[in-house]
Amino acid sequence: MDKTINIKVKVWRQAGPKVKGHFETFELNNISTDSSFLEMLDVLNEKLISERREPIAFDHDCREGICGMCSLYINGHPHGPDDEITTCQLHMRKFKDGETITVEPWRSAAFPVIKDLMVDRRAFDKIIQAGGFISVNTGGVPDANAIPIPKKNADLAMDAAACIGCGACVAACKNGSAMLFVSAKVSQLALLPQGQVEAARRAKAMVAKMDELGFGNCTNTGACAAECPKGIKLSNIARLNREFLCAKLKD
Amino acid sequence: MAKKQNIIDEAKEAIQKAAETVTDTVKDVLEDEKTQKIVKQVKKTAEKVADKVQDIVDAPETKEAADALKDAAGKVAEAVKAAVSGKTEKIITPKDAKIPEGPLAEKWTNYKAHQKLVNPANKRRLDVIVVGTGLAGASAAASLAEMGFNVLNFCIQDSPRRAHSIAAQGGINAAKNYQNDGDSVYRLFYDTIKGGDYRAREANVYRLAEVSNNIIDQCVAQGVPFARDYGGLLDNRSFGGAQVSRTFYAKGQTGQQLLLGAYSALSRQIGKGKVKMYSRYEMLDVVIIDGRARGIIARNLVTGRIERFFAHAVVVGTGGYGNTFFLSTNAMASNGSVAMQIYHKGAYFANPAYAQIHPTCIPVHGTFQSKLTLMSESLRNDGRIWVPKKLEDAKALQAGKLKGRDIPEEDRDYYLERRYPAFGNLVPRDVASRAAKERCDAGYGVNSTGLAVFLDFSDAIKRLGKDVVAAKYGNLFQMYEKIVDENPYENPMMIFPAIHYTMGGIWVDYELQTSIKGLFCIGEANFSDHGANRLGASALMQGLADGYFVLPYTIQNYLADQITVPRMSTDLKEFVDAEKAVEAKIEKLMGIQGKRSVDSIHRELGLVMWEFVGMGRTAEGLKTALTKIKEIKKEFWSNVYIPGSAEGLNVELEKALRLADFIEIGELMARDALNREESCGGHFREEYQTPEGEALRQDDKFSYVSCWKYMGEDQEPELIKEPLDYEFVQRQTRNYKA
Repeated sequence: MDKTINIKVKVWRQAGPKVKGHFETFELNNISTDSSFLEMLDVLNEKLISERREPIAFDHDCREGICGMCSLYINGHPHGPDDEITTCQLHMRKFKDGETITVEPWRSAAFPVIKDLMVDRRAFDKIIQAGGFISVNTGGVPDANAIPIPKKNADLAMDAAACIGCGACVAACKNGSAMLFVSAKVSQLALLPQGQVEAARRAKAMVAKMDELGFGNCTNTGACAAECPKGIKLSNIARLNREFLCAKLKD
Repeated sequence: MAKKQNIIDEAKEAIQKAAETVTDTVKDVLEDEKTQKIVKQVKKTAEKVADKVQDIVDAPETKEAADALKDAAGKVAEAVKAAVSGKTEKIITPKDAKIPEGPLAEKWTNYKAHQKLVNPANKRRLDVIVVGTGLAGASAAASLAEMGFNVLNFCIQDSPRRAHSIAAQGGINAAKNYQNDGDSVYRLFYDTIKGGDYRAREANVYRLAEVSNNIIDQCVAQGVPFARDYGGLLDNRSFGGAQVSRTFYAKGQTGQQLLLGAYSALSRQIGKGKVKMYSRYEMLDVVIIDGRARGIIARNLVTGRIERFFAHAVVVGTGGYGNTFFLSTNAMASNGSVAMQIYHKGAYFANPAYAQIHPTCIPVHGTFQSKLTLMSESLRNDGRIWVPKKLEDAKALQAGKLKGRDIPEEDRDYYLERRYPAFGNLVPRDVASRAAKERCDAGYGVNSTGLAVFLDFSDAIKRLGKDVVAAKYGNLFQMYEKIVDENPYENPMMIFPAIHYTMGGIWVDYELQTSIKGLFCIGEANFSDHGANRLGASALMQGLADGYFVLPYTIQNYLADQITVPRMSTDLKEFVDAEKAVEAKIEKLMGIQGKRSVDSIHRELGLVMWEFVGMGRTAEGLKTALTKIKEIKKEFWSNVYIPGSAEGLNVELEKALRLADFIEIGELMARDALNREESCGGHFREEYQTPEGEALRQDDKFSYVSCWKYMGEDQEPELIKEPLDYEFVQRQTRNYKA
């Protein structure tokens, strides 16, 4: 039969962006270790609703680790204690019976809290809008096989493109820097011939927008890559720095 | 005597005329009033004839003639009956569906050559609302903005990049024939029609196959990192239902990469100010003015404020309604509410019963489960599906006494390879799903619930090496291991079918316009291209085809007539009324203050759907479902509890609004499934199967699209048929055996 555990969940509650928040602790018994972390929160919310209390607001959607909607800072780690997964893929078998689990929202100046564990990550969208694209319109493009791309570059681009835009890198960084996120997009496009045309402009525009939106500076602690659910590598930051420097030197 | 002959001749003529009128009437029964009038006339004539017959019937010499007349009169009566019943049977003709004239391969070209366009100066003056930011919505919003239209784009998530298209794993089809294995536009068209069990519209599917190649070109130009060979050219893999390799992929994250491509194009337009993005907004109704869609009512999910938005046209790309089943592979917030809103305003809902059950999902593991996770169909390229041959082995597996790897090769039943030698593990999804259910129903399930089969990679690992398998499927294997806590490199994966995609959806014509003028529907939300079953890697193709290459053309044919329409004020009565109705609905829901949570009622609905409207359907079961869904509806509207208030962020209220619509969709699905007395594609009526358990279509009776028209609360919807007359393809029984 399923193994179950009893836990305490210490959750950040905050009614709105401008309101002062606080921790609230709930006890939960007989949680199946096969359930996911978010299913545990579902159970907790059902309990709160049955007690006619307000459920905990948290972001989630696909629940298979790809949409990047779920967040949560669990026991001091973005996406919890397991490696290379998002919160929705975290399972209760990673926790001990009797454990107190602390759950907080992403904490970063650029990601204001909306309610409880939900934060506003539109700053990421704004960075992409500043230059995280290749300027082609629909139609009138060459045949897909017209430009061969070395497999190695295509694979590296794919590794960088795996970023899900969840914001764990920012939450993990003591400076609240978005360098890993920005570098992943800059790298992906700089590695492909289609993206090289505007590589310099892109690097400059995205970095400028990142600074403008209140993200911190990078001090190479590497916490971002260590906590990234998709294993985006620090080498992307090196590539961004190179792209950025080259672009600035050309000016 | 001469007088009598005259009467007979007259009567004969009258009957002839009546019969002709009736025959014509049957053919042309679209106009209700006209039909009624003709039927009345025919009846009158028939009565007159009967009277005259009576006059002459006594005379013995006219007996023979009279009998003949009586016979003829009988026929007239029957024809009248047919005409009367024909009145209730509305038909959508190819002309109504705006299917262009000409040979299949030239229809789209002809359409584009003759459609109306909007000149650049006028595009600036036209606003288009696009609801949804998945593959269809984002690509449409970006393309329309690039062309010069002002676009208002809405999504319910915090960012347009979260739409559930992102979760598609396996790949996207295109008829590039890069592998030189005999692929062509026609073959992709044919496979799609056949895979859909001959229930899709030929002209639309051909156009889809035609534009498929442009999609790949477009995505590569955007920087989508598709998998490549060492020579630097694009790689392909095979997918179910095809004998060529035409599927382009980016690891097991193709949907993510394609969506991020569309998202980047969209972001570029947002940056330029051509698209105004509204994230965390949920559409709650469409606004119709003088019979045309002119805007929407939406709720700001953060502030709870209800807001009004005007546009010259509205495009809906809000995905499918698989979450009616509560447990599905859809994202938690995926919903069918916009489809229901526009259905209530007069858009037809087509083929609601066609839902796809995907064969390779991680099995259900507990009552707390919130969703099901898909394991990509691409795994069937190298994985082999089996259950034990011996019942005692299955029992031992179910009791946890044995593991899959403990069962020797000779005791394994690779049932797909056994039943379908030609396609083997790569049969279409509906066939693979039913075969798994058949084995599990017979007691051969391999997990504790008895509802799972094995998907085994040991052969592939032996043949290719672990590294190659890891390179191809590593992220999927990792995903599996995180969820199930078992290493799929060492022990076969366990899988079971789950609801994944809905082929049914809002009816659209060739221009992707719904039955409401100015209201368009794209992507999974419409019904058009997949018939009764969708082939793997075709959803991404259709979403992007609609958004990049079809809608941006066809919508202009509509907007060309709208250039003189000024932007309307959202203070118009229609906007005010629509907003009031939405507010009243929310107030009603908040006021119930019952005892049950939204999810608990949704779970109940899901169980009813899965049991009676799932993989195997019967008339009796569907009737039970209709009764049970009615009870659930009553329970919901009298006993649901929504905490908090309508102001500000309230997730439970959002869920309740969606569940109210899921209940209605569930009812519509059951109704449609009950009406369709045949098995086709994803719709399997147990009464209609071959002796070998394969789906048995009833082409003479059901070769049509079922379009349901809303007739009012608690009224039965009206069924309108769009006959599917195949002009270019010969209908056959699908055969994946040889």
